[in-house]
Amino acid sequence: MDVVLLSRLQFAAATMFHFLFVPLTLGLSVLIAYMETKYVRTGDEIYLSMTKFWGKLFLINFAVGVVTGITLEFQFGTNWSRYSAYVGDVFGSLLAIEATTSFFLESTLLGVWIFGWKKLSKKAHATVMWLIAFAGSLSAIWILMANGWMQHPVGYVIRNGRAELDSFTAVVTNKFGVLEFFHVVSSAYVLGAFFVMGISAYHLLKKQHIEFFTRSFKIALVFGLASSLFVAVIGDMHGVHVAQVQPAKFAAMESHWETTTRAPIHLFAIPDEKNEKNLIEIGSIPGLLSFLSHHDFNAEVTGLKDIPKDERPPVLLTFLSFRLMVCLGTLFILLTIYGWFKRNRLVESPNYLKIMLLSIPLPYIAIEVGWVLAEVGRQPWIVYGLMKTSDAASPVAGSQVLFSLIAFILLYSFLGAVGFYLIVINAKKGPVLE
Amino acid sequence: MEFILQFIWFFLWGLLWALFFMTDGYDFGVGALLPFLGKNDTDKRLMINSIGPLWDGNEVWLITAGGVTFAAFPQVYAVMFSSLYTPLLMILFALIIRGVSFEFRGKIESPGWKKLWDTCIFIGSVVPAILFGVAFANIFQGLPLDQNGYHGNLIYLLNPYGILGGVLFLFWFLEHGALWLSIKTPGRLHERSVSAANNIWFGLIGISVLFLIATYFYTPLYVNYLAHPILFIVPLITVLSLLGVKFFLLKEAYFKAWFASAATIVSATFFCIIGLYPNMFPSNIDSIYSLTAHNASASQLTLTIMLVVVLIFIPIVIGYQVWAFYMFKDKLSVDDLDYEESY
Repeated sequence: MDVVLLSRLQFAAATMFHFLFVPLTLGLSVLIAYMETKYVRTGDEIYLSMTKFWGKLFLINFAVGVVTGITLEFQFGTNWSRYSAYVGDVFGSLLAIEATTSFFLESTLLGVWIFGWKKLSKKAHATVMWLIAFAGSLSAIWILMANGWMQHPVGYVIRNGRAELDSFTAVVTNKFGVLEFFHVVSSAYVLGAFFVMGISAYHLLKKQHIEFFTRSFKIALVFGLASSLFVAVIGDMHGVHVAQVQPAKFAAMESHWETTTRAPIHLFAIPDEKNEKNLIEIGSIPGLLSFLSHHDFNAEVTGLKDIPKDERPPVLLTFLSFRLMVCLGTLFILLTIYGWFKRNRLVESPNYLKIMLLSIPLPYIAIEVGWVLAEVGRQPWIVYGLMKTSDAASPVAGSQVLFSLIAFILLYSFLGAVGFYLIVINAKKGPVLE
Repeated sequence: MEFILQFIWFFLWGLLWALFFMTDGYDFGVGALLPFLGKNDTDKRLMINSIGPLWDGNEVWLITAGGVTFAAFPQVYAVMFSSLYTPLLMILFALIIRGVSFEFRGKIESPGWKKLWDTCIFIGSVVPAILFGVAFANIFQGLPLDQNGYHGNLIYLLNPYGILGGVLFLFWFLEHGALWLSIKTPGRLHERSVSAANNIWFGLIGISVLFLIATYFYTPLYVNYLAHPILFIVPLITVLSLLGVKFFLLKEAYFKAWFASAATIVSATFFCIIGLYPNMFPSNIDSIYSLTAHNASASQLTLTIMLVVVLIFIPIVIGYQVWAFYMFKDKLSVDDLDYEESY
């Protein structure tokens, strides 16, 4: 098998696995910081129990997330050395700044938070959790600025046979990265909220710790409602920007073949990449695609046929990922709005609680397909318009990568299984009331 | 100006590795000593909890060293990490299982479960300790690198000098970890840790001498020293601090002994880094293929911006890490294990 494909599979496996844990870290840290602050402010012991119960789940999740993040930074060197050498002058500094400014803070303070209950004042201890939450989001800024640069490279010049930094300001104010940051972080908050609501629903359905889980649910509900609306608003802005700077991805997202004005959206379609058309188109709404991309029903939207064949992303995967992401995002808004009206009668709404329990995996799926859309939709480029993925891999033997890919899959499956198993048994066990 | 920036960055790069070895080094040592000094579950928990609050922050020095290699020397990052593909991934996998073990181990009360994660902590500590040594020793003596890239594999790295480097690193970290346990643990475990630190010290001295001699025959590291004899002050610090370890151990001043060990590790790393300069990934086929601080660096703009970033943030990081270190410097007692958040 060829090195590029194997390296892509390995990067996909490592990243997607890592991102099963990161969003919960981001989302739950904010909720826990809020709960601990409530404890400090009110002195109500139930908030302390909440901090500890959700904190325990947070820590198991954090452990797997943090260790799997290490491989990502090094994989650019091990598997994508041509990429690293070519763009490292711009891209590398973002990763280095992430470690220096954010990851250090998060990791050091996490140890302080876990072991510092008796060593710090209550107020200081709660502040530490806010700083952890802050550092997590700060980390996300740098990582998404790095990804944003791969999606839409700015602030560089080609010099000495590589991309060299020309304007640091342009790189760190890249609109693509800024939109990605808000989109990713708010979707992580949605995930954290659904995690808390789902587990709370489990206990409320069993009618145990009702006070504890009703309060937890309500805190998460407000957070989830606000975040899921925000995700959608940012997602819309992001879509418009993608249409401008990544026309190929945008056309693939919608399986849009012909360049037209009044471009339609198909609620569902089956793309036929060979014959450059859609086999089935259901529920076409004329002009809507033009509107979504340019906020004008008559605007022209570039079709895939006007993009050279070797510069088109895989249409089916991009199209389906986008559809699934948007459907789920809409569902999150509906579920949280419905929850808002049920918020004072949660225990009497077993069907809603059952749905919320079963909804725990959905934000995970939405986030993963969102990344599939972002990364697969960027193909065949590793840096859009600048470097092709096929030119980026390391000159290592395919057997080496195959071996490491198998090792990744075995190790990560094992860790994932143990991690989620521990989260589930501890979530079911419920809180220890102080 | 560019030359000076590259020069500064080369030694900052060395400093980050030195700080990583100094901080995560005792975590590796504790993990490697776990099966030998931990006679029962209480002992093992004391050992794990002695590094519990700090290991995660310590490990970030590695991430930063990696990130800084990428930012300041992208060509080195690309060639070094793809050339050392297998050993580097083995290190990363080992660090992964070590990291989750601390969190997972105590979550289920079953001897088999704990045994599994104890083994992972041991492997996850010993493997990186040795492989970092093997990798750096091979970098010191040069690697088969030409215009077509790197022509070696894991077996190639396991040459006598490489293995000696691995053993040296392992002993550094064992000593460092045993001293840490002497500070942090109570009772019989404390006594065993002190006696381990005393015994390992003799091994460390022997291997260090062997390494210094072998370095003369296998590597060009002494060339810079012979050109500028004043630099011999650095290995002198290493020797003095290594003697200091024993001195303070005999005086039962374990904190001072630990700091002496930290000074040993940092100065020994600098001894090697100074000898390596300006090479970062030297070729043993022909020096024209060697990657150096001056032919493989980032642009002047990137080096400048990154310099500003690290000059602001690394002191801040050191500040809050020292704060955390002092918060958790006290000796643990068995009662501390009842604390519900402990590992």
